[in-house]
Amino acid sequence: MIKYVLIMSCAMSLPMAALAEQQPTVNMEPQQLRGSRPIEKQTETAVIRDYLAAWQSLQSALDHNQAALLDANFVGPALDKLTNTIEEQASLGIHARYHARSHDLQFVFYSPEGSSIQLIDTVEYEQQVLDHDKVLATKPVRERYLIVLTPSEVRWRVRLFQADVQ
Amino acid sequence: MRPGRVFAFVATVALTTATAAAGQSSDMTLPPSVAAGSAFSIATSGSGKAVLYVVGPGQAVRHDVVMGQPVSFAAGVLYNAGHYLVILAKDSSTDTEALDVVPAPRPETLGFLAQPSRLPVGVHNGISGAVYVFDAYHNLITTPMTASLELSNSSGTMQSRSVPTQNGLAWAEMDSASKEGAVKFVARIGGISSTRIIDQVPGDPCAITISAQPENGKLLVQTAPVHDCSGNAIPDGTIVTFTETYDDKQSTVDVPLKQGIARVTMPAYKGSKISAASGVVAGNEIIWGGGR
Repeated sequence: MIKYVLIMSCAMSLPMAALAEQQPTVNMEPQQLRGSRPIEKQTETAVIRDYLAAWQSLQSALDHNQAALLDANFVGPALDKLTNTIEEQASLGIHARYHARSHDLQFVFYSPEGSSIQLIDTVEYEQQVLDHDKVLATKPVRERYLIVLTPSEVRWRVRLFQADVQ
Repeated sequence: MRPGRVFAFVATVALTTATAAAGQSSDMTLPPSVAAGSAFSIATSGSGKAVLYVVGPGQAVRHDVVMGQPVSFAAGVLYNAGHYLVILAKDSSTDTEALDVVPAPRPETLGFLAQPSRLPVGVHNGISGAVYVFDAYHNLITTPMTASLELSNSSGTMQSRSVPTQNGLAWAEMDSASKEGAVKFVARIGGISSTRIIDQVPGDPCAITISAQPENGKLLVQTAPVHDCSGNAIPDGTIVTFTETYDDKQSTVDVPLKQGIARVTMPAYKGSKISAASGVVAGNEIIWGGGR
C-alpha cells in the first residue's frame, strides 16, 4: 500500500515541479452581468490580461516574501491583506507557493461609469507551504474567488480578492 | 531546480503524502469552518511537541503545540475570510487539513460607489449606486442581504429601491430629479448606512428667445432669461453664440450668461439675420429692419 502510495506521490509531485513552468488554462464563462453596461471586448481582454498578471505577481510575492511585487497589480484592501500575509510569512520563516492550473472566469458586474468590474474565478491551484527550503505540505485546491478590479492609470488592479467560502 | 533538489522535493512530498494516505488518521480535528475573527480551537491527539501552521493568501499563523492538548485561537487572531491549509508539523510526519474562514455575519462597513457626483436634472437612470457589504475585518459578506438605496432632498424621499445583494454587491439606478440642487444618496444594509451627495444641475437650455434694439447706431441683442425644460435657470457662464449674417458675410460672438441673460452689441445692418444658440439648442431668428 505504502509503495503504491509512494509511486503515486512521486507521480503527483513531479507535475507540481513541472507545472511551475506552465501557464494556467483560462476558460471564459458567458457573462452574467448585472448593471446596465455591457463590457466592451477591449475592456474584457484588458481585464483578463491584468487579472492573470495579478495572479502571477501574487505567486511570486508569496513565494519570495516580497510585497513590492504586488504593487503594480493590487490596490486597496487586497494589497493590504496580501502584504500583511507576506510580512507574517517572513516573520515565521515560511513561504508559500501557489501554482494556478486553471482559471474559470465569469464577469458578473460592470458599473455603468466603468469604475469597477466584479468577476468570479473558479480557480484550481496547488498550494505548497515551505519552512525555508523544507516542504511542509502540498495540496491541490479548487476554490471560487470573488474579485473586484478598478482601473488605474495604465491597467486594471485587483481591489478585492477573496475566496468565497460558505 | 537542480536534480538533487528535485529529488529532495519529491521525496519530501512523497513521504508527507504517503503518511497521510497510508491509512494514518490525522492528529488534529478541525471545525468545518469558522467565522472570521471568532475564537475557536483545534483538537490534537498523541504526545510530544509539534508546530501548527495556518497558511492562506489572507494570513499566516503559527502555534507551538503540545500534542494531546487543544490549540486555541483567540478572537481576532484569524480574521481574513478564505481558504487555509492547516499543517501540523511533528517530529516524524506532517498532517495537513483544510480550513475555511467565512466572513462574520454582521455587516460593519459599506463600500458605496455613487456615480456621478454631478449631473443634469431629468436624466433617466442617470444615478447609479453600487454597495459592497463588509464585516468588521473588511471581508465581503456574500450571504444575500437586502440593501436599501434611497435618494432624498430637503423635502423628503424622492426615490427608493430595495435590492438583494448578490456576491456581496447590491446595485441600482435612479433618475435625477426635475429640480436642481444637492440630493442625499443613502445606502443601508443591516443597520449600517453610507451617504453620498449628488449635485443636480440644470440641463441644457430648453429654448432661447432673443430680442434686438438699436443703441448708439448699433444693435443691442439679448436673450430672455434662459431655462432648462424643467424651469431651472441655466447657470451663469454658459456660453451663448450669437451669429449675424449680412451680405454673405457671417460673424459670430460667444457670450457667457450673466444673471441668466446673454447680451451683445452687433453692427446694425439693415436686412441682417441674427440668431443665437447654446449647445444643441438654437433660438429664434431676427431680421433687422425686415419687420421682425
